[in-house]
Amino acid sequence: MNLTAIMENALEAVAAAADIPALEQIRVEFLGKKGSITELLKSLGAMDPEQRKQAGAQINELKQQVQDALNARRDLLQNAQLAAKLAQEQIDVTLPGRTLEFGGLHPVTRTIERISAFFAELGFEVKHGPEIEDDFHNFDALNIPEHHPARADHDTFYFNPKLMLRTQTSGVQIRTMEQQQPPLRIISPGRVYRNDYDQTHTPMFHQVEGLMVDTKVSFTELKGILHDFLHNFFEEDLQIRFRPSFFPFTEPSAEVDVMGKNGKWLEVLGCGMVHPNVLRSVGIDPEVYSGFAFGMGVERLTMLRYGVTDLRAFFENDLRFLKQFR
Amino acid sequence: MKFSEAWLRQWVNPAIDSNTLSEQLSMAGLEVDGIEPVAGQFSGVVVGEVVECGPHPDADKLQVTKVNTGSGELLDIVCGAKNCRKGLKVAVATVGAVLPGDFVIKKAKLRGQPSNGMLCSFSELGMAEDSDGIIELPQDAPLGQDIRQYLELDDCIIEVDLTPNRADCLGIKGLAREVGVLNKLDVCQPLIEPVAATHAETKAISLAAPDACPRYLGRIIRNVNVSAPSPLWLTEKLRRCGVRSIDAVVDITNYVLLELGHPMHAFDLASIDGDITVRLANEGEKLVLLDESEVTLKANTLVIADNSKALAMAGVFGGLHSGVTSNSKDIFLESAFFAPLAIAGKARQYGLHTDASHRYERGVDPQLQRDAMERASRLLVDICGGEPGPVVEAVSQAHLPKTADISLTEAKLSRILGISIAKADVSAIFSRLGLHVSETADGWQVKVPGYRFDISIAEDLIEEVARVYGYNNIPNVAPQASLTMRSFNEAELSVQRLRTVLVDRGYQEAITYSFVDPKVQQQLFPQQQALVLPNPISADMSAMRLNLWPGLLQTVQYNQNRQQSRIRLFEYGLKFVPDAQAEDGVRQVAVLGGVILGSMHNEHWNMENRVADFYDVKGDVEALLAQTSVPDAFRFVTAEHSALHPGQTAAVYRGDSLVGYLGALHPEAERKLGIKGKAYLFELELSALGLRDIVQAKELSKYPANRRDLALVVKTEVRFADIAATIKKVGGNQLVDLKLFDVYTGPGVAEGFKSLAIALTLQDIARTLEDKDIQQLVNQVVSALGEEFNATLRD
Repeated sequence: MNLTAIMENALEAVAAAADIPALEQIRVEFLGKKGSITELLKSLGAMDPEQRKQAGAQINELKQQVQDALNARRDLLQNAQLAAKLAQEQIDVTLPGRTLEFGGLHPVTRTIERISAFFAELGFEVKHGPEIEDDFHNFDALNIPEHHPARADHDTFYFNPKLMLRTQTSGVQIRTMEQQQPPLRIISPGRVYRNDYDQTHTPMFHQVEGLMVDTKVSFTELKGILHDFLHNFFEEDLQIRFRPSFFPFTEPSAEVDVMGKNGKWLEVLGCGMVHPNVLRSVGIDPEVYSGFAFGMGVERLTMLRYGVTDLRAFFENDLRFLKQFR
Repeated sequence: MKFSEAWLRQWVNPAIDSNTLSEQLSMAGLEVDGIEPVAGQFSGVVVGEVVECGPHPDADKLQVTKVNTGSGELLDIVCGAKNCRKGLKVAVATVGAVLPGDFVIKKAKLRGQPSNGMLCSFSELGMAEDSDGIIELPQDAPLGQDIRQYLELDDCIIEVDLTPNRADCLGIKGLAREVGVLNKLDVCQPLIEPVAATHAETKAISLAAPDACPRYLGRIIRNVNVSAPSPLWLTEKLRRCGVRSIDAVVDITNYVLLELGHPMHAFDLASIDGDITVRLANEGEKLVLLDESEVTLKANTLVIADNSKALAMAGVFGGLHSGVTSNSKDIFLESAFFAPLAIAGKARQYGLHTDASHRYERGVDPQLQRDAMERASRLLVDICGGEPGPVVEAVSQAHLPKTADISLTEAKLSRILGISIAKADVSAIFSRLGLHVSETADGWQVKVPGYRFDISIAEDLIEEVARVYGYNNIPNVAPQASLTMRSFNEAELSVQRLRTVLVDRGYQEAITYSFVDPKVQQQLFPQQQALVLPNPISADMSAMRLNLWPGLLQTVQYNQNRQQSRIRLFEYGLKFVPDAQAEDGVRQVAVLGGVILGSMHNEHWNMENRVADFYDVKGDVEALLAQTSVPDAFRFVTAEHSALHPGQTAAVYRGDSLVGYLGALHPEAERKLGIKGKAYLFELELSALGLRDIVQAKELSKYPANRRDLALVVKTEVRFADIAATIKKVGGNQLVDLKLFDVYTGPGVAEGFKSLAIALTLQDIARTLEDKDIQQLVNQVVSALGEEFNATLRD
C-alpha cells in the first residue's frame, strides 16, 4: 500500500469517528504497536541507508499528519461532549431558592430603636422602669399633687389610690435621678397606659422620654436637639414650631408641631425645662443644675413616618400588617 | 372652651383676621382646636313682620300669611310652623335667597296657595341642629334689614383647648386680656357699676370652712319674673359659646360665667330655711342635685347649707330642692370664691363635671366676686325685673390666696432660656401682662395680680417672657456636654440581639396588650392569681398578664381567623406576677416569649412542607441560649405546666434557677381557645439570657481528631441528656465533640427500646491518640453507659 492511500484511509477514518472510543480504535489501527504506519516504520530497517533516509522522512511526515488529525478530532469530540453535558445540566435559575422566610420587628420597636440610636449617639443612655408604678413616681415627684386637674386628665388605670399603670415613662427619669447625680443624659422608651379607647386612642401605647440635666442646660439647647432629632427622624427638612403649653413637671413647657403634607400642623411631642420642684424632689439643687425633658408618642411618629392610618392596627398584630415592616 | 369671636372683639379688636387671631392664640399657649362659622352660608334673608296669618284652605298644618319686609309690597308666604302668628317679627328668605346647602328660594304654590318666600327657623339658617318653629325676632328689629347684619352672623366660634394652668382664660375677659397683650392693645371692659338696693332684706352668711371658702357674696332679689324670655342677643351669645339657653335666670348666670369666667348660682329664696352657712358636709348627708340624682356626701365636700340642710354642692352643682323653678318669685344670688384645693377632685369623686367645677378646681380670680355679683344683678333686673337687696359679703382675708411677689435675676433668665433679652424688653412684657414690675440691680421684682394665680415662682415668669417673646424667636442651639466615655459592659447581651435572632429565624414581632382576657388566662394558668384592673376598658382587657402566652395565643386566633396558616410570633415585655415579697406586691419580669404553629415554610416547589413541632421551637430556644456563649449552662428538664401538653413540656434551667418553659399547647386549651393546629410555645426570663461570658480563647490541638460511632440500645424512657452527660464525664478533655445523628425504633430494636447513633470525636492536646487509646476510651464510655443505663451496643 502506498503512503498516499494510507494517509487517505487514515484521514477518512478519523473524520468519520463518532466518539472517543472509535477514535482510539483508529489510533490503534494506524499508530498502535501493530498499526499500519508502525508496520511501515518497522520496514525501514530492511532498506539501504539512502532509501531509508528518504522513506523515513516520508513515513514520519505521514505519522505526524495522522497524529495531528487524531488530536484535532479528539479535541472536537471532547468539546462536543462537554457542550452536551453542560446543556444537559442546565437548570431554571429563576426558580425560588430554599429559604426560611425572615420575620420582622414590630414597627413600634423599629421606631423606638431608631429614636434610641439618634440619642445614643449624643451619649444618652437608655433606661427602663416598672410599668406598674406608685403614685410618687408617676405623679407626686413630677409635681402633680393629688387632685391636680392634670391627674384627672390622665385617665389613669388604678389598682388602688397608691398603685397604677404608669401614664408616662417619666417615673424612669425620677428613678434615675434618685440614683445618679448630674450630669445626666437618659432616654426611657416603653409602654404607658391611659383608660381611653377610640379611633385615636388605645389604652396602651408607647412613649420615649428624654432627660438631660447639667449645669448649663437651656431652652435653646432643648430646641436645638429636638429640631435636629425631628429632621433626622423624618429625613426631611420639614417645618417645625414650638408652641407654649403646660406640663406640671416642666416650666417653661412647649409642644412641638411639624407641618404635615396636608399643610396642617401636627403635634408630635411635648417638652420643657425641668420644673424646679421635680429637681428638688430628687435632691438636685435647681439653683446649680437645670435640665430639659421631652416626651413623644411612638405610635404617632410611626404613623407619620410609615403612612399608617389606623392606630389600632399596632396592637391587632395582623400578620399582613406586620409583614410590611421588613 | 368655645367663644364668639365677635364678643371677644367687643372687648379688644386687633386688626387681624380670624385665622391670624387663632394662630396668635395657639402660639401664645392657648391652643385653638377649631374655628367654625356661627351660621350656615346664606344670603337674601331679611327681617319681616307677619301682618296677616290665617289657616290654609286645603291643608291643616299650613298657614297662609302676608309678610311685610318694608319693600312696599306684602309677600304671600305659606308657613308650616306652629309659632307663626300675626305681629311676629321673622326672618324671611325672599325669592332669590340662597340658603345653606345651595337651596334657592323660588316662587311656588303650596297646595294651591302662592308662596313667594320662606319664613326661616334657626336650623334652616345653619344656626342650630334642630329647632322648634321659626325664628322669633325682637319687636324692634328693623324691617328689611339683612339678617346676617342684624344678628351679626359674620362671626366665628373659636374653640380653645386651655391647659389647666390658664383658667384665667376661661372667660371673654381673660381671653381679651391675653389678646390685648399679644397685640399691644388696650382692652375695653363693659362698665360694671353697683346695682343699688331697693330694699334691705339680707341673709346672714357664715363661713364655717374659711380655708375652703374665704369669700362668699349673697344678695336677695325680690319679685323676679322667672318666666321672662331670654333676649335673642343673650341666647345667641350663649349659643356661640356652646351653651344652651334654659331660662332667663340660668342664662344670665351662664352669661357671667362666660363673660367674666366666674361661676354664679341662684337659689329659690323660699326654699332656704334661715341663714346661709358654707361648711363641709356631714359624712353620709344626702343631697338631691339639679339633675334629680341623689348623692351621699362625703365629709371632704364643701356645701352651701341653710339652718337645716345642704342646699348645693359648693362650686360643683346646685340642689334640686333649692333650685329656681318657674314658680320661684324671689331668688338668692351667690357669688363666691372657693379654693381650688377644696373643689379639685370633688366633682370627679361623684362622677360629676360642670362648667363651675371646671373653673373652680383650676382657679377663679379671688377679687372678682363683687363684679360678678353686680354684673348678674344688673342683667337680672334688666331682663326679669325684680328688686335687688344689699350685697352681703362674708370674707376671711386671712384665708384668701396671697398674691405672689417674685424676684427674678437676669442671670437666671438667661441661664434657663439660653439667651439674654434686653432688660427693658422684659419689663415691658411683664407690664403688658398686667404684672406690677420694678427693675432691681440684677433683675426684676414682680407682683402678680390675683387672676394670674398660675404664676408663683421665677420659672413661671421665665415662661411668660419666653411665651410673649415668642418660642420661635429663640434660637436652636446644639447642647453642650462633656465627652465622658460611658462604660459598656461586653457581657451584657442586648434585647436587640435576641430580637434579631428570632426575626432571622422567621418570627414576626407582636406587641399585645399587657392586660388580657381573664378567661383565657384562667384557662392557661388556673392556679395563678392575676392582678386585676378595677376599671378596665372592657372585661376582656382586665387581667394583667402572668405570661406572654395569653396575648400571643389571642393573636394566633386573630390571624387564623384571617386565613393565616403559618404563624411564628414573638413578643418581648413585662409580665406581672403577684408576689407579696416584691415591691408593690408584684414582680414585673421582663420576658421573651413566642409561639409557632403550622407549616415550617411557605409552600415551596422543592422543600419538605413540614408542620412545626416541639424540636423546631426548641431549636429556636437553643439559638437564643447560644447567644449567651454558654449554652451548656442551660438544661432542659422534663416538666409539667398547666398550659402545656404533659408529655411535651420542658423547663429551662440556668444552673439551679428555673428561667422558662417550652412545649406544646395543652390539647384541652387548644380546644377551648379554638386554636386550629398544634401550637408550640416558649417563654424565657430575660435576666437569664442577659449576661454572656467573655470568651477566653483556648489552645488548638495540632494532632489529628478521630471519630468513633456508637449505636446504643437503651430503654425508650432513658433521656438523651443523661446519656450525653455520662459520655462527657467519662470522655473528659479528650472528647472534643459529641453528636447524636440518629434515633431509631422499629424492626431490629426490641419493643420498648430505642437505638441512638452517637458520634464521638476524640483528640488530645499533646499527642496523637493511638488506636489502643481510642479503643480504651470507647470501652470506658460503653461500660459506663451499660452500668448507668443498661445500654448495649447494637449488633
